[in-house]
Amino acid sequence: MSESAIIAEGLEKRFGNVEALASVDFQVRAGSVFGLLGPNGAGKTTAVRILTTILEPDAGRATVLGHDVVAEAERVRLRIGLAGQSATVDPNLTGRENLRLVGRLVRLDRPTIATRASELLERFDLADAADRPVKTYSGGMRRRLDIAASLVGRPPVLFLDEPTTGLDLRSREALWDTIRALVAEGTTVLLTTQYLEEADRLADRVAVVDNGRVIAEGTPPELKAQLGNTVIEFGMGDESDASRAETVLARLGGISPEREGTTIRVPSGDGPRALMGVLRELDMEQLFPATLAVREPSLDDVFLRLTGHHAEAAVEEEAEPAPVGGAR
Amino acid sequence: MSAIAIPAERQGLGRLSGAISDTLAMTWRGLLTYIRVPQLLVFSTIQPVLFVLLFRYVFGGVVGNDLSVPYVDFLLPGVFVQMTVFGATATAVGLATDLKSGLLERFRSLPMARSAVLAGRTSADLFRNVFVIVLVMLVGFAVGFRVHTNVFAVLAGIGIVLLFAYSLSWTFAGVGLAVGDPETAQAAAFPIVFPLIFASSLFIPVASMPTWLQGFAEHQPVSVTASAVRALMIGGETATYVVQSLAWIVAIIAVAAPLAVRKYRRTI
Repeated sequence: MSESAIIAEGLEKRFGNVEALASVDFQVRAGSVFGLLGPNGAGKTTAVRILTTILEPDAGRATVLGHDVVAEAERVRLRIGLAGQSATVDPNLTGRENLRLVGRLVRLDRPTIATRASELLERFDLADAADRPVKTYSGGMRRRLDIAASLVGRPPVLFLDEPTTGLDLRSREALWDTIRALVAEGTTVLLTTQYLEEADRLADRVAVVDNGRVIAEGTPPELKAQLGNTVIEFGMGDESDASRAETVLARLGGISPEREGTTIRVPSGDGPRALMGVLRELDMEQLFPATLAVREPSLDDVFLRLTGHHAEAAVEEEAEPAPVGGAR
Repeated sequence: MSAIAIPAERQGLGRLSGAISDTLAMTWRGLLTYIRVPQLLVFSTIQPVLFVLLFRYVFGGVVGNDLSVPYVDFLLPGVFVQMTVFGATATAVGLATDLKSGLLERFRSLPMARSAVLAGRTSADLFRNVFVIVLVMLVGFAVGFRVHTNVFAVLAGIGIVLLFAYSLSWTFAGVGLAVGDPETAQAAAFPIVFPLIFASSLFIPVASMPTWLQGFAEHQPVSVTASAVRALMIGGETATYVVQSLAWIVAIIAVAAPLAVRKYRRTI
């Protein structure tokens, strides 16, 4: 169980003069869920494309179940499933036909194809729509079919590139359950996500990716411990008050406030105690916050802490230059 | 890592039989598309039928006078070739659509033969061409087309049309992958298609064209193929044109197919 199903070592990839991946390393334990967490354009999809043999790296190497993704691409393809960001199914075919097509292409025998297609349609709640053309499906249905298609060959290693982006809450929960069930059956899953919550709920280990680099790696509790379990965020009436509040709180010790304009964020490992300390201190200085919120850390908080810029500052498109964020 | 084996239900196919099996699967997909989106087939049939009717009745009176055979007999082999040229642009549009939708990305992550995506698409288009040829021939018979040779020569002529169409499919497969967008693929195909169609012997004898154009119009692949098909269907100098046409077809496939496959490997 402690063997690595996926190993990436020093992966680099450039597109023209854009550095999509700058030396990416990580290992994924067999039978676990590994999350690549990062904003759009961080290089997550490029990493997945290399690991699924669609792209070749410029430097570095990667193996899936011991097979090199470049030299033994055929062997890798026999062992992986991929569900991409766009729902990669044929809109003119029915759901069942799409699954049968993949079944033929992964070289299942015909009786297996028929039963596997029905099983998956059932499992992904698509049985009623199975014989309708996919172009009549909703976005969520297409996404589910896409993931079903990646499972037709029962691959031991599954790559899910932002599997829940664009799904409603109910579909998202259902998909998480499905992924957990697959892992319980022994599948290794690598998923990319922009949602800290998703990585937290699903992944055994998470690598935070930014500008083509892994900037932090660990279990979700480890990452959150680095950051604190809670973020206290309050806004002051003007910048001079905010600046005073920052100075006051910095003296308090045990917390490290961050100011951005009139907003102050205080990450903390012990939310309630820190909150009381913060309020007591502000009260003594006659400083009264205009807004106040106590919340879980978001991806943006992780980014702000690790990189000094906001997650949203990165550009929309994968493989385009990500300008370093503006405010600071 | 022997602990995680690939499932035993996967058929172990050899390289060639695997490629054939994958191509058949992709061809099946392409044909299903024509069944699901019948307008693709309807529009690719209406257009050559219109060409037969319009040219037969609009230009027939003028052009026909200089010919030794009725104009409709001269015209029909030309329309067969013309519609395969137009039809081949559909290969470009189809592949560009698959590329844009991300479907090619999925195919590339599957343990399937690299050539099957392109071979399946071109094979499905081959079936479409058979269908359209039969239909146009029936319309041709209805408006007076008569075969001057025999049934074997006609079948040989259809065979050449299909082979030529197949070679063009590979050419336009490369175009579709290169532009990567259905609308652009459609637009990119026109400047290639129109000179080949109209500066040719498809609809009128090249003798009526200015001399500087005749050299191109006489020897370009579309004309040569039309002449070969015409010779097989209404008689005349056969061997030279057939050999020249086959030479063009082989040359086009030899260049276009590896380029398209290469483009496919490097795309995405």
